[in-house]
Formats: sequence, structure tokens, C-alpha cells
Amino acid sequence: MIKVIKPGLYSTIQDMGRKGKQSYGIPCSGSMDSFSSDLANKILNNSINSAVLEITMVGPVLEFINETFICITGANLSPLLNNKIIKMNNPIYVKPNDVLSFGVLKSGLRSYIAILGGFKTEKVFGSRSMFKNLTKAVKLAKNDVLNFNEDIIFKSSKINLHKISNIDNEIKAYKGPEFDKLDSNQKDFVLSNKFIISNNYNRMAIQLSDLLINNLDPIITSIVMPGTVQLTPAGKMIILMKDCQTTGGYPRILQVDEKSINSLAQLKKDSHLRFSLKI
Amino acid sequence: MIRPEFNLSYRRFDSKSILISWPNLIENAVLFDVLSFKKSINLSGKPLVEVIIAYNSLLVVYDITIDNIYNEIKSLKTLYLDINYDINESKIIWKIPVCYDDYFATDLENISNNKNIDKDEIIELHYKNTYRVCFLGFLPGFLYLSNLNKRLYFPRKVQPDLNIIKGSVGIGGNQTGVYPSNSPGGWNIIGNSPIDFINKEKLHKISFASPGDSINFYPIDIKEHNYISNNLDSYIIESEVSND
Repeated sequence: MIKVIKPGLYSTIQDMGRKGKQSYGIPCSGSMDSFSSDLANKILNNSINSAVLEITMVGPVLEFINETFICITGANLSPLLNNKIIKMNNPIYVKPNDVLSFGVLKSGLRSYIAILGGFKTEKVFGSRSMFKNLTKAVKLAKNDVLNFNEDIIFKSSKINLHKISNIDNEIKAYKGPEFDKLDSNQKDFVLSNKFIISNNYNRMAIQLSDLLINNLDPIITSIVMPGTVQLTPAGKMIILMKDCQTTGGYPRILQVDEKSINSLAQLKKDSHLRFSLKI
Repeated sequence: MIRPEFNLSYRRFDSKSILISWPNLIENAVLFDVLSFKKSINLSGKPLVEVIIAYNSLLVVYDITIDNIYNEIKSLKTLYLDINYDINESKIIWKIPVCYDDYFATDLENISNNKNIDKDEIIELHYKNTYRVCFLGFLPGFLYLSNLNKRLYFPRKVQPDLNIIKGSVGIGGNQTGVYPSNSPGGWNIIGNSPIDFINKEKLHKISFASPGDSINFYPIDIKEHNYISNNLDSYIIESEVSND
């Protein structure tokens, strides 16, 4: 058991999300940077769909009631156990009464805390990923209690730590279904401009600061996925992320590659990015 | 049933999915073609996560990276030629209770004034039509319906409301629908349905309605709305089978 002393800025339980449920209007959800959450689970020898804690910018303060192993990956929020710096990307033994906290954000945006056997929170439609109106909890709150399986024995795994991803500001994307409705100047702009992430970003979408003036007509409501870049009539470019709606009526000019979504998950306000086409 | 011919376009959507688009039409012939194709893709034995549909499009989401996009598109095209259009068109009509009382119908007065149609007539025009479920999207359990009476077309709000309550029945442009959960939204609210549009207990029947089914709304008063709201656990959504 874990007691939440402080919830942090925006901490949610995530797993691989609700795959195959978009036909019901249910968002994919799941870890924003699935590379990092997968890595944390692999280091603990957890199954790949084990639920982890995704923390954002300001970490929580957690008190462990039982012993276990944890692993922290993704953004570097200066993790501390009983006020002593601990290593990231390594299994960490924690004993009863240990307190996990975080310091300064040194790199990235979202960090992942995996626990031996995964968190055992409410499961809705095959996933523990927190989502408004589906799970009872939308994010961690003070005094919450998180359960995990306390009977699992830790077995170390051999993971090649050289494969830890670096955040890449070059975002690889396929042409979106409506890309070819843009004229050549607009296409040039999309593929050469250095875009800036606005202060409007969350688990649903990232809005870019630069405007792309256009007169594209709306489309008949069609399918969107995490990674879809929508273009609004006002010229705003919106990159949809894991908690996005399943359908939309704005032209879809790009579709970001799965791997680049992991990078996007780690880019904060004012970060730069460029798009490059994947054929 | 004679199968209409559509010119479809196929394109890669991302590393694991292919988007298929029909002409820009919202009509039953397209819907039935989309549904038939979805069914045959699901039965094809391909390694799929899901086939997602909208009015005039379909996304095939594979479980694996598509290595050879040209071959896969070719295989889908072959599948399309052979689809069995003689599907049993759904005859199910779901009966959805809606309370059109002013208490819920916060935008009814505005629509009535703007269109110069009595509130009662708007309500009647709304529940007398039979709507077709085209697909689900936007919010968990939200049904995209076709066949709104043209006299009820009314533009979305310029400034969306921050919190539209669960069950709100709205009109947005040429569409009508029910918000299955609290949500921001830009539709004009003319009533409220007390029923649940998603069932968290049923992994394979999350929504009672499937694309292709029909929906009828019927008016209830506030007392009935309250009664159904308070007895949702035992409430069974009525349906009938159409004869035509």
C-alpha cells in the first residue's frame, strides 16, 4: 500500500490504455510517453500492461506502507527516497515508511513510476488509465491510497540502458488525409517552420503557437487518433494526444508517428519542434 | 438489394493503420456500404486491433506495422469487390425517453424565437422523426445520428458551454444527439434523457445501440424523468423491430 501525502501537479495511473474501444467513442488513453513507461515495467520484469504512475512537472510525495521495488523513468524530476537522490532507470528497493519525493525538473515533462506487479486501481473497459467519466478518480488526490500486489518477488532483468530514448525535437509524421488540400506555400511552412509549443497543452492535445492561415473547409466528421495534427479555421495547429476524442471535423494535415508521440509527451511550453515527413 | 458503386480512396494513416474514404455524402447507402465493408474486414482474419467507422470513412487499425502498404491496400480492394452487401439491415428501433421541459431545455426558447416555430412544434418535430445511428464518437457512448428534420437545423453556439450536463439532448447544425456525460459543448440544448449511454459492466456491449440501428425519442415529463433517473439499475431500454 502507498499513501499519497501530496498528489503533485497532475499525477495519473496509466497503462497501455483502452485499445480497440474507439468504435464506442472511448479514447485510447494510456501513458503519454509509452516508451518510458514500458522501460520502467521492463526493468522490474513486470508484464507490459502493468499500471504505472505518470507524473507531470511537479512530482508527488508518496509514503510506502509495505516493501516493494519501484523504477522511475522518463523526465528527470530529481527523485528522492527519504530525501536522498536515487537513480533513475534502475530497480529501487523501498521499505515500509520510506518516503518518495521529487525535486527540480531537470529534463523532459513526464516521469513514470513503475511498481513491482503494477498498481491495482480500478479497471474500466480493460484499462486502469484514469479518464473523466470512466474511472472514478481522474487524478491522484491527497490521502489517496494506492494498492499493489505485495506478494511478488523481484527478479532483476537484463535491460540495455543504452536504448533509453532521447527527446527528439524533430517530429516524424505521415501526410494527413487533408495534407494535399494545402497549397505549396502552406506545405512548405508546415515542413520547414520551427514551431513553438503554446501554454495550451495537456493529455488531450498540444496546441502550437504559430498560426497557419488557411481557408480549408471543415470535413465531414471523421476519425482521429493520437498524433493527428488538426488545423482549425483560425489557423491553429493542434496535435492530438492520448486522451483525445475519437472523431473530429477539422482537416487533418499530419499524422505523427507513434515514436515521435513519445517525444511530444516530453516537450514543455516554449519548446521548439519541426515536422519531417515519413513516407 | 442492389449494391451501389462507390469510388473509394485508400491511404496510409500511420504505421499501423489504413484510412478508407467514401465520397463526401451522409446517406444510408454510404452507411450500409461502410458497415458491410467493416464486417468483411473483421471477418477477413487480418491481425486487427479494430475497424473504426465514421459517416463516410473507415480506419483499419492493425495489430502490427504494415510492411508493404501497397500489398495491403490491394488486399483490401479485393475484399471490397467481394463484400456481401446483402446484409441484414438492422431493424431495431431503440425508444429513448426525453424530457423536453423548460427545466432542461435551456436553448429551446432561443431556437423558437429565431426560427419562429412554437416550442411545442419543435419538440414534436424532434421526437416524430426516426434517426439512424451512423457511428459512435466524440465522447464515450455518443451516437452520431442522421435524419434531423431540416426545419430544426440550427447553428452551433459560437462560444461553447463549459458544462453541458449528462443526458442533454442538443441540436448542432444539421445534427442532433445526446451528451452521454458531462462535457463542454456547443450544441443547443432542447431536452434531457435520463438513461445511461454506456454500460461499464459490459466489455463487448458498451453501448446498447450499434451503427445501423434506429432511434426514436419519446417525450416524458419531469416526474418520469426523475423516476427513471432514480431507478437506472433496473431500467431496460425499450426497443421494437420495424416492419418495413
